[in-house]
Amino acid sequence: MSTTQLMVKDLVKRNGRTRNSLMPVLQGIVQEENFLSEEAMLSVAEELDISVAEVYSTASFYTFLDTVPRGKNIIRVCKTITCHMKGKDEIINALSNALKIKVGETTSDKQFTLLTANCLGWCHKGPVMLINDDIYPDLTVEKALDIIGAYSQKPK
Amino acid sequence: MSKYQVNLKINNMPIAVEEGTTILEAARKLNFRIPTLCHHPDLSVAGNCRVCVVEVKGAKLLAASCATPVSEGMEVLTNSEKVRIARKHIVELLLSEHNADCTKCFKNGHCELQEIASEYRIGEHVFLDLVRPESKIQDISSPAIIKDDSKCIRCQRCVRTCEEIQGVAALGVINKGDQQRISTFLNKPLNEVVCTNCGQCINRCPTGALTERNYIEEVWNAIYDPSKFVVVQTAPATRVALGEDLDIDPGARVTGKMVSALKKLGFNKVLDTDFAADLTIMEEGTELLTRLKKALVDKDETVRLPMMTSCSPGWIKFQEHMFSDMLDNLSTCKSPQQMFGAVAKTYYADKINIKAQDMIVVSIMPCTAKKFECERPEMRDSGYQDVDYVLTTRELAMMIKQAGIDFNKLEEEHYDSILGESTGAAVIFGATGGVMEAALRTAYEIVTGREVPFTNLNIQPVRGMEGVKEATIKIKNVKPEWAFLEGVDLNVAIAHGLGNARFLMDKVNRGETNYHFIEIMGCPGGCLGGGGQPIPTSPEIRQKRANAIYSEDEHMTIRKSHENPEITEIYKQFLGQPLSHLSHELLHTHYKPRKRY
Amino acid sequence: MEKTLKKVDIIFEIDKSCSPLAVLDRTLQRPADEIILDLIDSGLKGRGGAGFPTGLKWKFTRNETSDVKYVICNADEGEPGTFKDREILDRVPEKIFVGMTICAYVIGAREGYIYMRGEYNFLLKSLQKKLDDFNAMLTEKGVDFQIYFKSGSGAYVCGEESALFESMEGKRGEPRNKPPYPTVAGYNNKPTVINNVETLVYTTMICHMGPERFKELGTTDSRGSKVFSVSGDTPIPGIYELELGMPLQDFINEFGDGDAKAIQVGGASGHCVPRKKFSDTIIGFEGIPTGGSMMVFNSSRSMYNVLHDYLEFFTEESCGQCTPCRVGCQQLLKGIEAVKKGDKPPAYLNDLKKLTATMKIAAKCGLGQSVGNPFNSIVDNFKEEIIY
Ligand SMILES: Cc1cc2nc3c(=O)[nH]c(=O)nc-3n(C[C@H](O)[C@H](O)[C@H](O)COP(=O)(O)O)c2cc1C
Ligand code: SF4
Ligand code: SF4
Ligand code: SF4
Ligand code: SF4
Ligand code: FES
Ligand code: FES
Repeated sequence: MSTTQLMVKDLVKRNGRTRNSLMPVLQGIVQEENFLSEEAMLSVAEELDISVAEVYSTASFYTFLDTVPRGKNIIRVCKTITCHMKGKDEIINALSNALKIKVGETTSDKQFTLLTANCLGWCHKGPVMLINDDIYPDLTVEKALDIIGAYSQKPK
Repeated sequence: MSKYQVNLKINNMPIAVEEGTTILEAARKLNFRIPTLCHHPDLSVAGNCRVCVVEVKGAKLLAASCATPVSEGMEVLTNSEKVRIARKHIVELLLSEHNADCTKCFKNGHCELQEIASEYRIGEHVFLDLVRPESKIQDISSPAIIKDDSKCIRCQRCVRTCEEIQGVAALGVINKGDQQRISTFLNKPLNEVVCTNCGQCINRCPTGALTERNYIEEVWNAIYDPSKFVVVQTAPATRVALGEDLDIDPGARVTGKMVSALKKLGFNKVLDTDFAADLTIMEEGTELLTRLKKALVDKDETVRLPMMTSCSPGWIKFQEHMFSDMLDNLSTCKSPQQMFGAVAKTYYADKINIKAQDMIVVSIMPCTAKKFECERPEMRDSGYQDVDYVLTTRELAMMIKQAGIDFNKLEEEHYDSILGESTGAAVIFGATGGVMEAALRTAYEIVTGREVPFTNLNIQPVRGMEGVKEATIKIKNVKPEWAFLEGVDLNVAIAHGLGNARFLMDKVNRGETNYHFIEIMGCPGGCLGGGGQPIPTSPEIRQKRANAIYSEDEHMTIRKSHENPEITEIYKQFLGQPLSHLSHELLHTHYKPRKRY
Repeated sequence: MEKTLKKVDIIFEIDKSCSPLAVLDRTLQRPADEIILDLIDSGLKGRGGAGFPTGLKWKFTRNETSDVKYVICNADEGEPGTFKDREILDRVPEKIFVGMTICAYVIGAREGYIYMRGEYNFLLKSLQKKLDDFNAMLTEKGVDFQIYFKSGSGAYVCGEESALFESMEGKRGEPRNKPPYPTVAGYNNKPTVINNVETLVYTTMICHMGPERFKELGTTDSRGSKVFSVSGDTPIPGIYELELGMPLQDFINEFGDGDAKAIQVGGASGHCVPRKKFSDTIIGFEGIPTGGSMMVFNSSRSMYNVLHDYLEFFTEESCGQCTPCRVGCQQLLKGIEAVKKGDKPPAYLNDLKKLTATMKIAAKCGLGQSVGNPFNSIVDNFKEEIIY
């Protein structure tokens, strides 16, 4: 059994073998592997005994349940109005230049994926970005670049 | 339990209906028609298209009449100014997302969206065109089904069908917002997923987004090709439904007219799948008795019971995907269509002195899965592809129209001989429980020498539209050679629609049953509700077709497969006896496991 | 009853003399019907946007017969411009837990859930610890009720109550048909109370201070106070608890930068109020109801961009199931782009306005029904900016 299958088995064991546990199981996989691979979705379907099309159908509804490969660190810059007003475009451009990727892309070393997001709930401290689960408010271009720098220093 | 009555007014007309009735149902009782798109009588309520909105006095919002139960004192307007404007907007919005090239569309003239659009006379397009170029790339991977997203209105009827009726869930809604659409697991082509090709989604798709892959041109070409000898076979359920696509009310038996039309279309011979259905009974009935003997007398542990029927290719593919550990329970008999093909290109070709390679076998089927079946590699036992083209009942109706034939005025004609003679037992193959009934009529008589102990041969317990049926037949006073069956209670079960099949298989798997024989048909109601039958479909329509099938049976002079004289002949001249070596070669097959998810 | 801007401190108040747990102990001694009467008397309406009287919601659910019922705290807070629930979750989570427990006691539920948007997962670590302690405390006291966290995964529409249930059941967050309402068939089709984070804290506080003190605040239609999320062109963005019923002019005097030309009240799905209407716009259910978001725009901002952002948001975040919303949002977005580019005449805006009227009454849920709010209020008041 592959590591993915083992992980899914374990997640299902912890959350319960019912349809109601689909979300936590999928969220758990994304925590571990950054996205939902074909193999992962197939094992979820098998473990919960539901159609894999239903797994995909559900996953594809949720922005954070990616079904395409993502980098180790997923950057989501808020693009909604207040952050827009406060300069999210500059942040995105700076990150895009620094990482040499466009929005939606992943760096070739699979370290970073750059995405935009709808309002993250920090409008009074825009612009903001989320990296994985961590929030970075009150961004400036320099701050954003420093933060990315710190992430790339982190051991792989 | 009697329910409370609720009083309300619709367009100022008072009516009392049972609690829980929807506004839509109540309005229909008063003969007010409200347009619908996502609503379907076979499916759960979705309430997503919103064309059925009505005004409820005092409410700020319009109500989706298909999804809103009536309440006491409610006053409903189905055609107020607000309603009309909203409905028109909604249709305009749907069209703005829609690749409305009706003249090129297979559903032209049979399309619910087109009908509403023409009712509302949507002329000038107010809104911007939102059709995405990539949505126009059709999925043509399946030999049975074509999926065209540019024609989809996202009513989710297909998704609900595949999940609720068929228990397959090959289709799902994916993404959200403006990206939302209908797709498969990771957008794979239909031939790479668990789709059974049953076509039930097609039957309920209001538009041209899901249609059968049609072979009309190929068949015309064959007919026009002087070097080809084109024979056509017609499945049992086609003769009670074809009329619906040719301006005849549901439930009419049009067998004679259909034969006549086929002759006029230019087929060289018009033959009957029913003949092969009788052949199936001989083979399958014998197979059952053999399995029972091996299990009960020889105590052979390799014999798998219950035996399950194998006439329905949608069911077969379903079983290969979902319960691949039970493939040995399936009868090895090919479906009647494929038995016909194999016999046509061998025995029959010889008889009429035609080379098999010059023969084209066309089937008229109530089924889309048959299109897939005839292309299976296992189905070439004549040395050629046994059946060349499969047309649905709908495609045949189109050919009849194309040929300018006035179907209603046709004289009734008879099938050609040979391979045109059949029995009442074969006709009822088209209804759920029919194969079981036909098999019992023959098997019981083989074993006891007497007719089945049911009035007029009608085995009522296996008939009807219940999802899963069970029956027990006591076998008594058997012939000496069947002594081991004396006093045995033969337990049978019947399911139709793959959702019911799944339910039954789970039960069998859990060891909760003691069946000997199970009949499964992939479609609701059996083949009469097949994925290739005229659209629309509903419980009422299927009931009418079933009534027609049983009345066709009663009108046949011969009603037991083993009494079909052509069957006697083919065994005498060609096959020898059921389960003979040659039978095995031509009439039996095997199955392959497929992935479950 | 004209009110002026008044800051209050109920939600975040830390009363050393009476902890939330003490409120819980006291309240669980009282008959359930009495608690409901207090809530009804207080006039508390839901703070999640729809403004349904909380006492009635609890009463309806209490009156349902069912072995299983649920209490759910809606912490999906996805409305652009709204961030107060995050702050409440972070600072006074016990008050939420207590509110849920009181509700469970009143309606007869044994399980409660907090559905929190995935964007707030960083809060989970510390919250989970606090929740574990709280649950343990309940068990110790012999209260048959436990609370669990559920996370969202980035879908605004899951804040809509029935979409939220679908999501908890492992499905796509597509809103359901109503009726049935959650009080009859909510999570797992069982009777369910679903309340906003802030609403639940107010229930705790009303149990603490009594309905009278709550009623003293606000107006007849809008009792009490509410937490506001203030952002945009303001020198002092942040979270403020204010008495309901104040005119918008008061608000802008306090929070504006002196150059405000418009305020978007109630988030992207709310209304845009131009400067000239500040003085006769009341913040409350009688005027403009709000989930608490106040976005201030000064004269340097293009209202076309504002509207464009909102429409893009709805186009992406619509669940996509119903026609008026899925296609309507796209038409509005593409429509203003076309007008801006000159591909469509300015009069096309009138066609789009008519379309929003249809969306308002024919869309399946509150999302599609409210897209017309920002559209019409911005187009009507800033037509020039949209066209040129
Ligand atoms: C699109 C949409 C999003 C919503 N998002 C939220 C939300 O994030 N939080 C919330 O409390 N209510 C939200 N609501 C309102 C809820 O449906 C529901 O009315 C509310 O949770 C009830 O709680 P209350 O009575 O305490 O306000 C939303 C409604 C809609 C239509
Ligand atoms: S699906 Fe219907 S409306 Fe669309 S092109 Fe085909 S016939 Fe026309
Ligand atoms: S053909 Fe049958 S199995 Fe395939 S998608 Fe349609 S309903 Fe589902
Ligand atoms: S494919 Fe047909 S049935 Fe399915 S959602 Fe589209 S229009 Fe409806
Ligand atoms: S209004 Fe929008 S979000 Fe609500 S059900 Fe319809 S499509 Fe979904
Ligand atoms: S607009 Fe960026 S966090 Fe709200
Ligand atoms: S038919 Fe009622 S909403 Fe579609």
